[in-house]
Amino acid sequence: MTIHIKNGSIDTDISRRGFVAGSAGMTFAFTLGGLSRGGEALGATQPTKFNAFVSIAADNTVTIVCPAAEMGQGVYTALPLILAEELDADWSKVKIEFAPANPKLYGNPHHLFHGAQITAASVAVAGYFMPLRMAGAQARKVLLDAAADKWKVPVAELTTDKSTISHKKSGKRISYGEVAGFATVPAEPPKVSEADLKKPSQFKLIGRKDIGRSDVPAKVNGSAKYGIDVQVPGMVYASVLQSPMEGAKPKDGGVNIPDVMKIKGVSKVIPLPFGVAVIGDSVEATRSGVEALKVTWDTSGATAAGFDSEKAKADYAAKGKDPNAETKVEYQVGDAKAGLSGAAKTVEAAYWTEYTYHAQMEPMNAVAQVSEDGKSADIWTGSQFGALAAGIISGILKTTPDQIRVHQQFLGGGYGRRIWPDAAIQATILSNIIKKPVKLILTREEDIAAARPRPMTHHLLKAGLDAKGNVVGWHHRLVSENVDAVAAPPRFKATGGKDYIGARGLDQAFYAIPNALAEYVRENRGMRVHAWRGIGSGYNKFAAEAFLDEVAASAGKDPLALRLELTKDKPRANAVIKAVAAMSDFKKKRPGHGMGLAFSDYHDTLSAGVAEISLDAKTGKIKVHNFWIAVDPGVVIQPDNVHAQLESSVVYGLSAALIEEFAVKDGAVQASNFDSYPVMRMSEVPEIHTRIVATNNPPSGMGEIGVVTVAPAIANAVFQLTGKRLRHVPMTAERVKKALA
Amino acid sequence: MAAISLTVNGKTATVEAEPDTPLLWVVREHMKLTGTKFGCGSGLCGACTVHIDGKAMRSCQIAVSKVVGKKVTTIEGLSPTGTHALQKAFIAEQVPQCGYCQSGQIMQAAALLATNKKPTREQIVTHMDGNLCRCGTYPRIVRAIQRAAREA
Repeated sequence: MTIHIKNGSIDTDISRRGFVAGSAGMTFAFTLGGLSRGGEALGATQPTKFNAFVSIAADNTVTIVCPAAEMGQGVYTALPLILAEELDADWSKVKIEFAPANPKLYGNPHHLFHGAQITAASVAVAGYFMPLRMAGAQARKVLLDAAADKWKVPVAELTTDKSTISHKKSGKRISYGEVAGFATVPAEPPKVSEADLKKPSQFKLIGRKDIGRSDVPAKVNGSAKYGIDVQVPGMVYASVLQSPMEGAKPKDGGVNIPDVMKIKGVSKVIPLPFGVAVIGDSVEATRSGVEALKVTWDTSGATAAGFDSEKAKADYAAKGKDPNAETKVEYQVGDAKAGLSGAAKTVEAAYWTEYTYHAQMEPMNAVAQVSEDGKSADIWTGSQFGALAAGIISGILKTTPDQIRVHQQFLGGGYGRRIWPDAAIQATILSNIIKKPVKLILTREEDIAAARPRPMTHHLLKAGLDAKGNVVGWHHRLVSENVDAVAAPPRFKATGGKDYIGARGLDQAFYAIPNALAEYVRENRGMRVHAWRGIGSGYNKFAAEAFLDEVAASAGKDPLALRLELTKDKPRANAVIKAVAAMSDFKKKRPGHGMGLAFSDYHDTLSAGVAEISLDAKTGKIKVHNFWIAVDPGVVIQPDNVHAQLESSVVYGLSAALIEEFAVKDGAVQASNFDSYPVMRMSEVPEIHTRIVATNNPPSGMGEIGVVTVAPAIANAVFQLTGKRLRHVPMTAERVKKALA
Repeated sequence: MAAISLTVNGKTATVEAEPDTPLLWVVREHMKLTGTKFGCGSGLCGACTVHIDGKAMRSCQIAVSKVVGKKVTTIEGLSPTGTHALQKAFIAEQVPQCGYCQSGQIMQAAALLATNKKPTREQIVTHMDGNLCRCGTYPRIVRAIQRAAREA
């Protein structure tokens, strides 16, 4: 792996799979690699470590390692709970710790990540479910063997409950903590198979409504620690005026260093390839310093130089129509061309979405302390991908990833923004230059300047109907920047230029459309486009699900009936659509209000949403009165959190659907704080009604699915009310007014 | 730099800071009371909300010199045991997700309940509308405030 800092950008040719140990996916033995400490019985003073995920102390405290980042989605509770279930642990005595960045032990075996230790794509529970159950069952087996040996009774006669082993015949009982004191953890882990695991009917912790989130108490008294809360002895503060676009760097002599050095408390001003750093002895000094900076940027190496998102729309639209555009096929069944050309009737429409910013409440920050010899570092930050930070930083320091200790903190919002570890990289570079620990905090303005947005997108959709109104052809072309190219270059290369992140949701896997083609056409504008809650599904399903209502209208069909017909062979999809129709009383007429429906999958979770809206025709402002949403995430680990995640992502989706956007001028983000980039406030939130349609399928994620159906459901509701189509997100008052005119 | 004496959570402390330093940074970095959060630095998000003489204020917008002689309360001082009715209600309703804005939400809400024991839903929303929550926990915040009002 090498890192190059040139032309203002940090390039890396890290192969994602390279740092994923076990590229073929994680085996069970591999998951429990922590047993290298096996055989140790550490006695009363130190807890006994059963495997990489669990140790038990004499006082019966069970410490479980959470391998994923907690950014509000609830894995800090859900993942340890899964292990505790199979261990039969006393949940009230469970302590949770974050894992260090060590993909060998803690990588996510989900097929999307091949063992990379990344928290993204709503697949933490899906990916870690089996390995954590196995780890819990294995530790339990070691405890049982030790107790059976001590009591000289057959293991089969022992039972467990709440961290206690019982022998019914003799009436003996012993706590896990006591057993941990004498148990010998074998070097070779005992074999556990899927057959040894509990049946769902035997679950005592999974699915319990009364088990709250373990992080909540610390989050109501101010004691929860985020990256921004860390202080280390001897540290100095830093803030960085960020390059306004990737590849722009301060011109030689183009920084007013003497002016900024006059500010009390500022000790250094350092121009760097990614911006200008101000070092000082207080946050306020570095903030004043950044505010006082005047920088002339050299944009000769920046692709985004001169990019104007409004003017570029004509190019995007042209690419949407261009028969000779270079396309990547992202989904294909049957022959879409034939389906469309042979259709009795065709429908066509173009859709748009704008750039959006994550607006995580905690601005990007990190504390970095590079060792004196410059060959190792400690990093304190909240990261969705600490292992990537360790990989990149080890390249910068010319050392190995194990020399970079990433101390994971709570994340003050992630939503995809904290995948890329730019703050950790910048703090490390600064610490290495000034040879002191550095606490870097971005101002909100610079957090926005350094935005890694959801891309602006253009969609051209065509559908063909036969004489009976059946959908016989479907063509969806997406024109946008390639997110994988920026956020996951190894995958971009491996797929020959496809875009996994950006193309999510282009498929129609749950609809019985015999001929369908979804293709992707790349625009390369040099923006730092990234994963944003719901990734491509957020805009692709807006276009596809709103367009499907156009198709329904053209076929003279009811939007609900059409979706039920298209999903009749997909029972799980069909069930969530029926559920949301029932809970919203979808068919009921509401004078002056419109009702709209949408369906989507997201990484194996299925959901359908209904919006009830009204409209101020004078201002164009949409008011959402109610949003109903039904979801099937398979086995439910924490039911209350499933409801909470739905509420959360519906609000996030509403904000994106109605308010959020920024324009780009000359390559720079045209927003600076929450006044120029408003996000949804309490007074705008409708009643949100959530329902779980639980099934016994393997658990799938809940962090993002709720975002996806919101925008199309609103657009469809506006059509039902007004007969006008809204094809541009966000559906701001101004755009609605124009559409109604 | 000046030695500034201020009273936070009932204790008087002296800090070395420029008089125009926002109270937020004095509380967080000088006094290590990190429960009060930095969100926007412009009074637009409410993450830094503290009480000054019982009133909910944005600590990023107040110079530390302006609170000399006044009582500053942060989330750490809202209740000595962390059992203010709102804190209990926020747990009961499982409000926080990422949790970053929650200190500000609770401090903002506490100022409301201190003067209006039984606020209507509308009064709650009006009072809380300046506090952003990007995780969208708004429905639960409303429920928790209603619960606290009921159970206090």
